[in-house]
Amino acid sequence: MFLYDARKGEGRGIRQKAGQSLIKLKNAGFTYGGRDILSEMNLHLQAGSFHFLTGPSGSGKTTFLNLCYQALMPTTGTVQIFEQDVRVMTRDDIAKMRRRIGVVHQNCQFLDHLSVRDNLMLPLVVSGRKDEIDQSSLDDLLSWVGLTDRGNALPPELSGGERQRAALARAVIMSPDLILADEPTGNVDWEMGQRLMALLVELNKMGKTILVATHDLNLIRKVKSELSARTLRISNTKLQLPGANL
Amino acid sequence: MEVGHVILGTLSGDRNADRVVPPTGFTARLTTLTAAAMAFLTVFALALSLAAGRLAVNWNAELAGTSTIRISAPEGQMAAQSEAVLEVLRTTPGIASARVMSEVEQRKLLEPWFGPDLPFDTLPVPRLIEVLEKGRGPNSAGLKLRLSAEAPGAILDDHTRWRRPLVDAAMRLWILGAVSILLIVGSTAAMITLAAQSALAANGQVIEVLRLIGARDVYIVRAFVRRFTLRVLFGACVGTTLAMIWVFFMPDAAEEGAFLTGLGFQGWHWILPVLIPPLAAFLAFWATRWAAFYTLLRLS
Repeated sequence: MFLYDARKGEGRGIRQKAGQSLIKLKNAGFTYGGRDILSEMNLHLQAGSFHFLTGPSGSGKTTFLNLCYQALMPTTGTVQIFEQDVRVMTRDDIAKMRRRIGVVHQNCQFLDHLSVRDNLMLPLVVSGRKDEIDQSSLDDLLSWVGLTDRGNALPPELSGGERQRAALARAVIMSPDLILADEPTGNVDWEMGQRLMALLVELNKMGKTILVATHDLNLIRKVKSELSARTLRISNTKLQLPGANL
Repeated sequence: MEVGHVILGTLSGDRNADRVVPPTGFTARLTTLTAAAMAFLTVFALALSLAAGRLAVNWNAELAGTSTIRISAPEGQMAAQSEAVLEVLRTTPGIASARVMSEVEQRKLLEPWFGPDLPFDTLPVPRLIEVLEKGRGPNSAGLKLRLSAEAPGAILDDHTRWRRPLVDAAMRLWILGAVSILLIVGSTAAMITLAAQSALAANGQVIEVLRLIGARDVYIVRAFVRRFTLRVLFGACVGTTLAMIWVFFMPDAAEEGAFLTGLGFQGWHWILPVLIPPLAAFLAFWATRWAAFYTLLRLS
């Protein structure tokens, strides 16, 4: 369903208008235990863009991504997701907003008692849209991430790379407007990292907005050679402007 | 209407929602077992309460409409005093009828204490007059004054000193039964709440994943509520059925031991224990729902 719609440029796959800001941060900051983790963050994440987020370990990349899907609330400033201020969102609003965002974590979690197929279906199930996908579309998706033979496996039986690809498949099954990936290549070898990045590039070419947190500079350079990706860097709790030196 | 919709929506549920929570064998069995035990106890508390209530009503009704006049007089005056008492009673408002109890009846009354071979003729047994009252009954104080004037050996016993403690005791038993039911209901709600909270805490990863992919709170809650409600319903059905069978086969009420053997249900009261399983399920539904929403808020 997802691939079919997105490749044709039809359906729910392309909801955002080009140039529209999906995420807006205005002087946003996050403090924890009296210490500034992030401060004075300003950003307009435009629809259809591809951004890398870099910075040293512990610089706040994960915290930044968490602000982008309301896993954390900013302690200062404002964050708008899909033009809605996160401070006024109800819990139901947050759930509905997350259906438009695909998240891939470094240590992605699944429901271990369900098969990979059932896990991929979960976003559709919880949003009451499970009838919108048929088995062949699901096979198509599994094939796209190279997990054709692993559909009936349980998540604990998957390798690190397979888990990352399964997480990516789960993140895109709802055809989200925005994909946030936190160190998606952190637990996999170089070759698998390239493969995952190729999938993200492909998604971006389909019109998806991508934000990837990574410290793998080689990977960033490789992607930048293929498309116009921008790099954001977090340094001393602040976000440096796009185009900053790596 | 809204509540009914929520309950039916949850219980009819969707199988996929149910599957997101991994099966928990031991906890599930424990919840079912506790629900069965609580339902079993509730049936007995209900039976106790209803039996006590019946006793209070019966004793009150039986003793309230009657009184007794005891005549202790020398052998030669017994007949005259009895006749005088009957004459006084005939002219007293609030008296329906009065009659002198026969020797056979008095012997029967004394038999449980003195045995069947009581030498009735040689003992100074007082004569008893049974009085049936009507309306509000006679004015006891006035009647006593008239009796003391007309028949000095006659003493009026309007059963008040018997009736009050018996009725009080029965009422206290009724209250004890009712309080027991309330305690059982409270304990069951607390048990279900703790079990639900424990299940939610144990499934932290499941909740985290579900929220990440956009599950609404109500979806997560529904998965837990449905499971707990059905477990409690099943356990309560088993416990209630066993207790009702037990009560059914208890000895029938008999005159010799009216209270202990009367611990059961009579007539439409048999419907009441049947209501226990649905009420337990209703309780489980709201307790789990509250616990689940509370836990989700706390986790965030």
